[in-house]
Amino acid sequence: MNTILTLENITKTYGKITAVNQLSFTIEKGHVYGILGPNGSGKSTTLGIVLNVVNATSGSFKWFNGEENTHQALKKVGAIIERPNFYPYMTAYQNLALVCKIKNVSTSAIDDKLKLVGLLDRKNTKFSAFSLGMKQRLAIASALLNDPQILILDEPTNGLDPQGIHQIREIIKTIAKMGTTILLASHLLDEVEKVCDHVVILRKGQKLYAGPVHELTANHGYVELNAQNTQQLMEVLKANNLFERVIKQDEDEFITAFLSEPAKAEEINELLIEKGIILSHLVKRKESLEQQFLQLTSQKNT
Amino acid sequence: MKRLLQIEFQKLKHSRSARVLSIIYFALFTLIALFASIRFKFGGIDFQLADQGIFNFPYIWHFNTYFAAFLKIFLAIVIVSMMSNEYSNRTLKQNLIDGLSKKEFILSKFYTVVVFSLVSTLFIFIVSLILGIIFSDYDELSIIFSDLEYLLAYFIKLIGFFSFCMFLGIFVKKSAFALGFLFVWWIFENLLYGLIRWEIGNEEVARNITQFFPLESISNLVKQPISKLNVIQSTANQLNTDLQFDSNVYFYQILIVLVWIFIFVWGSYALLKRRDL
Repeated sequence: MNTILTLENITKTYGKITAVNQLSFTIEKGHVYGILGPNGSGKSTTLGIVLNVVNATSGSFKWFNGEENTHQALKKVGAIIERPNFYPYMTAYQNLALVCKIKNVSTSAIDDKLKLVGLLDRKNTKFSAFSLGMKQRLAIASALLNDPQILILDEPTNGLDPQGIHQIREIIKTIAKMGTTILLASHLLDEVEKVCDHVVILRKGQKLYAGPVHELTANHGYVELNAQNTQQLMEVLKANNLFERVIKQDEDEFITAFLSEPAKAEEINELLIEKGIILSHLVKRKESLEQQFLQLTSQKNT
Repeated sequence: MKRLLQIEFQKLKHSRSARVLSIIYFALFTLIALFASIRFKFGGIDFQLADQGIFNFPYIWHFNTYFAAFLKIFLAIVIVSMMSNEYSNRTLKQNLIDGLSKKEFILSKFYTVVVFSLVSTLFIFIVSLILGIIFSDYDELSIIFSDLEYLLAYFIKLIGFFSFCMFLGIFVKKSAFALGFLFVWWIFENLLYGLIRWEIGNEEVARNITQFFPLESISNLVKQPISKLNVIQSTANQLNTDLQFDSNVYFYQILIVLVWIFIFVWGSYALLKRRDL
């Protein structure tokens, strides 16, 4: 009912190389999804398959519960892939008018969308005269022309300067706030962390994880601590079964203690004062997506 | 169908090279007609091409369609580049993502090919009609509108040739290489004809085989009209040589080209369907 896209056992091989291996996942309405994986993990191939430009070797996918065939469904989808592709000799407006024709929607929305991405004053400039950042923003405007049910973005900030990256992220956030489902493929973890609530992690074409970002690993975070007497602190921490792992990597670094159950910073502080240890430093942190991602990918490696 | 044509014309009308080439194409059409009707006067020589009977109905249908067909190379460039540019700009990928199906993509190109051919045919019809009315020695309606099968043959010939170009554009993906391939293919067909003829030693049998080749079948649709010309005929009579050249249009020849058109369009589709973009 609210399923937008279903993938079932999609496999794609290029000769001996398996780019995507038995991949299955579903996209539900109203979430922001991230497809995460290192370069060459099959992100773009997967998107290419559901967007009808790459033929899957085996497996199947369904748009909107299979109510419509793929090219009809794609009219309700907005997608930009890797690089913005437009006719270089046409102006921004002419290019978007062509997309409207293909999607069978009225051209009245063009100005609105150009305004959204900040290109309204350049609408009569030829595409070939645009900078990469402007091209990418035009691609987003083009993907939004039909008010899509889902917006698919493949590495939208690739090759952009910091300002361009910031602009694109702001636009994505604006769109997400409007309630559009977004599927974002990226190898940039902080990008996915900043905008996505669900994540699919791929490595060498295989799915490692699919689900909400906050359930990615079932751990309770970790604390960084320090005290005058580090030796004593280490011993106390190791003796307590509130912590599953205590490490101190370097002489002048903080001690890192991983929690085995939920605990507040106050509780930890109280506990240590009882033992006669006064802390000079105490910070409780959640593991970042990056750490979780590296953990997950290295686990499968061994 | 209207939507697909609009999509393709939107792409073409903003492309400067497509516009320039189309204008050259239709301008040359008219220029040739003008040139033929000019009267040359050098001293004692008073010569007008029109006086040689080339603009007599119904001969003019044959003569004009044959010579106008040489101009098709200008539109061929437009068609090859409208296919291969979709690859080099990667807009083909974007079109498909935007919701155009592969079938619609090929159809939009093929419809354009048909429209180009139709407009060319109409153009040659009008130009010939005007020239004929001015210069023809005969002006009975029944004579004017006889032998119109040359126009049909011309129309099919253009669709056949342009479909071939369309297929090459998709197949080779680069316009310069596709046009090069077209030229190489033309040489290849001629070489093969020479080889077959030499091997069999009989011109008629060789012709019977090569008439099934794509370019040969396309060029067979409208054959050279020169030997039908009065001047040539009378010279041949004086020299006592029998100049029999069958330049009629035959249905089976049209059929061969129709089969090729089907193969090229279907082949383009099959190629596109199989490819990962």
